[in-house]
Amino acid sequence: MLQLKVNGQTHELDIDPDTPLLWVLRDHLHLHGTKYGCGTGLCGSCTVHVDDRAVRACLVPVSAVSSKVVTTIEGLGEGSDAVQQAWRELEVPQCGYCQPGMIMASVALLREKPSPTNADIDAAITNICRCGTYNRVRQALLAAARKGEASDA
Amino acid sequence: MPEFKLTRRAFLIQSAVAGGGLLVGFHLPAARTRAAQSGVVTADVQPAEVNAWIVIQPDDSVVIRVARSEMGQGIFTALPMLVAEELGCDWNRVQAEYVSANDNLRRNKVFQSMGTGGSRSIRGSQEYLRTAGAVARELLVTAAARRWGVAIDDCRVENSVITHIPSGRTLGFGAVAAEAATLQPPEAVFLKEPDEWQLIGKPVKRLDVPDKIAGKPVFGTDIEVPGMLHAAIHACPVFGGRLKGFDAAAVEKRPGVVKVVGLDDAVAVVAESWWQAQQALLALPVTWDEADNGQVDDAAIRANLEAGLTAEQAVTMAEHGKPEAALASAERQVEATFFAPYLAHATMEPMTCTAAVHKDGRVEVWVPTQNATSSLEAAARTAGVDPLQVEVHNTQLGGGFGRRGANQDYTIQAVQIARTVGRPVKLMWSREEDTQHDFYRPASMARLKAALNSEGRLTGLTVRVAAPSILTSLGMKADDGHDPFALQGLADSFYDVPNLRADYALRRLHVPVGFWRSVNHSQNAYFREHFLDQLAGATGQDPYTFRLGLLKEAPKQRAVLEAAAEHAGWGTPLPEKTFRGIAVETSYGSHCAQVVELQLEDDGRFRLLRVVCAIDPGHVVNPDTIAAQVESAVTYGLTAALFGEITIGKGRVEQGNFDDYPMLTLRDMPVVETHLVPSGDFWGGVGEPPLPPIAPALCNALYAATGKPIQSLPLSAHGLRPA
Ligand code: FES
Ligand code: FES
Repeated sequence: MLQLKVNGQTHELDIDPDTPLLWVLRDHLHLHGTKYGCGTGLCGSCTVHVDDRAVRACLVPVSAVSSKVVTTIEGLGEGSDAVQQAWRELEVPQCGYCQPGMIMASVALLREKPSPTNADIDAAITNICRCGTYNRVRQALLAAARKGEASDA
Repeated sequence: MPEFKLTRRAFLIQSAVAGGGLLVGFHLPAARTRAAQSGVVTADVQPAEVNAWIVIQPDDSVVIRVARSEMGQGIFTALPMLVAEELGCDWNRVQAEYVSANDNLRRNKVFQSMGTGGSRSIRGSQEYLRTAGAVARELLVTAAARRWGVAIDDCRVENSVITHIPSGRTLGFGAVAAEAATLQPPEAVFLKEPDEWQLIGKPVKRLDVPDKIAGKPVFGTDIEVPGMLHAAIHACPVFGGRLKGFDAAAVEKRPGVVKVVGLDDAVAVVAESWWQAQQALLALPVTWDEADNGQVDDAAIRANLEAGLTAEQAVTMAEHGKPEAALASAERQVEATFFAPYLAHATMEPMTCTAAVHKDGRVEVWVPTQNATSSLEAAARTAGVDPLQVEVHNTQLGGGFGRRGANQDYTIQAVQIARTVGRPVKLMWSREEDTQHDFYRPASMARLKAALNSEGRLTGLTVRVAAPSILTSLGMKADDGHDPFALQGLADSFYDVPNLRADYALRRLHVPVGFWRSVNHSQNAYFREHFLDQLAGATGQDPYTFRLGLLKEAPKQRAVLEAAAEHAGWGTPLPEKTFRGIAVETSYGSHCAQVVELQLEDDGRFRLLRVVCAIDPGHVVNPDTIAAQVESAVTYGLTAALFGEITIGKGRVEQGNFDDYPMLTLRDMPVVETHLVPSGDFWGGVGEPPLPPIAPALCNALYAATGKPIQSLPLSAHGLRPA
């Protein structure tokens, strides 16, 4: 039996410990917000937070995170996060498939760097979006950062 | 919102002022009968289907049905806007809902086409959707006026409320909807003039965004149905090959594995989870019958295309004047040969379909599809049941780009596997499978020859394209080698060239080809627009003014070109090592011009600074969605021009994942500036038209920078890369 803490809930799982976290989330815990895009760490569609840091869930065996805190898009809180607000205002999503990953990567970046530079964004947001939402992702990230600064002031 | 009178007389008066309204005749018989029969109109407390497209709830909220697929292009908002504009409902209480393909079949195609391609969703349905809204409004007002016993002339509609002006009485849509649904629809209605629109053309927030930022939408890969199993699949890597054998015993005892299913040309593993299925599939010993194609490689494909450039077997798709004579008497001849590679769609969500084949003969599929009717027909054919026995549940699409419409290979596979296993099955392709079993943009070669006179004017042009045909790949007939798609943008060029011939040599290759965003406009615009820059270069002319000289008879193309040039500051001095390129194309009913600005780095690499785009889609429905589609098409087209290349070795695709089929990402993205220049007398598409100009505009900027033409794509094959 393996323990996994996701979005504040602890689950007991009888599962192959090598199963990537992505498939545990999707097929065992039925949390479908985290997406499969490549399975090889290249696209970022599967980005979740492990102890608050952005991690590509397709690369992580579930056994490696069993003592950690996992957060998925479902655990971020509906529209409450400054990032999600900015996403909504700038209408970032198109098809939406990559967006949970984009949002999780962006929230993690802002946690680490509340006022990221363009270079910080370039380095941190390497997710692939086939719909081409990149420029809006950048704008929304910067807008969310400004909001954060304003509320800190 | 200003008010509207709803009677025909009022409309006549109004339209006389406005210069003549559009009178539209229609009939919606199937919708009416069903609404009347289904019992939904018997009580005021139930939702009422006023007509096929519009359901009104007792609380006045409105459900507007959408027959085209939402794949990121915003159609779930734009199409309801068209209906709501005429209906006069409160936009804040509108919900969009997918039409069922089965319903459409049952109701005699009352919802018309469900195909979502060719940038056709708005231009192909705006008239009947606006009409449906206008009819429903007239019925609602009639019902209210009857209840009050007043003249409909004295009633107005605003925000889902009908007001009797003299008495001030009001009724919500919900209160009269059931009654309205029983009334005989008028034989004709007037549609608003564009200057009367209150919703169309205004920036409206997309209805699908709130869910999409919360991880809530259900994509094809997110479907779960009771008792469902997961399937991973591997098709014969060589196109046209077949499955010879597999050793199921080698994987059947693995945890979670339920069954190994052999299909004609593929093998699938069915398991309790997709991960288990995919791992077992990777370990499964399989043998293939590769048929005749196992040795075909890129060199053979290019040789075949090249032979097509001079082959006798070719058809003339357009001809006027005397192109040969123009070439013979030219002051100067310029000739160039271009190549564009196969491209995969690489939708972010790989191909997927969930199927259930029920014991009573019903079949259900849950599928992200660009054409639910095609999915339905494919499922019915595969299961051998009457199409009316099939229900298609449209899911959200993680991208489409032309991959999920005409070709329903994944739907067919899912139905086959589910039938064999006897339980519902969700089939999902791995990224590798998705890259290696696409219907690719056709690899193409083109040879262009131009005649120029002593003033540097283009007096004649011949074009020969050698490429496989999408129509024949789809199993349709291309009579005597005529495929009207093949010479998009070349046979129907808007430039004023007095002597022209455009030939097409249909090449038969074993790689399946299909509709890739903007179809053959994408490579044909590169051939033509990059060649024009070479002509301008050869005669010492500015590429922008050279084009203007050829656009005297093409005011719309000229207008977008001028707008893009003006906003980009064409002709103004640039910083050091910075260059511009320009291109224009008309496709899918819209006109689009782009200027690319880039900066060369010392090591020969470059930075993309900015793309300035001017687009004329005729009418604008939701302006910010158009800007988003421009950003999208520019990204998609840039990715292809920079890196996109599917190559063939040993009969199979050599790329698999995003490491060898790379994508443009955020860091390399230029600023994209969109300028809407709607000329307002037509309805054009938006999803594809901003794509074709980007590759030639980029190549033209590089040509300006280096003086070297780009004879083939992608740029990475020439060592030209973003810094
Ligand atoms: S699915 Fe994990 S990075 Fe692509
Ligand atoms: S929004 Fe479609 S892939 Fe990013």
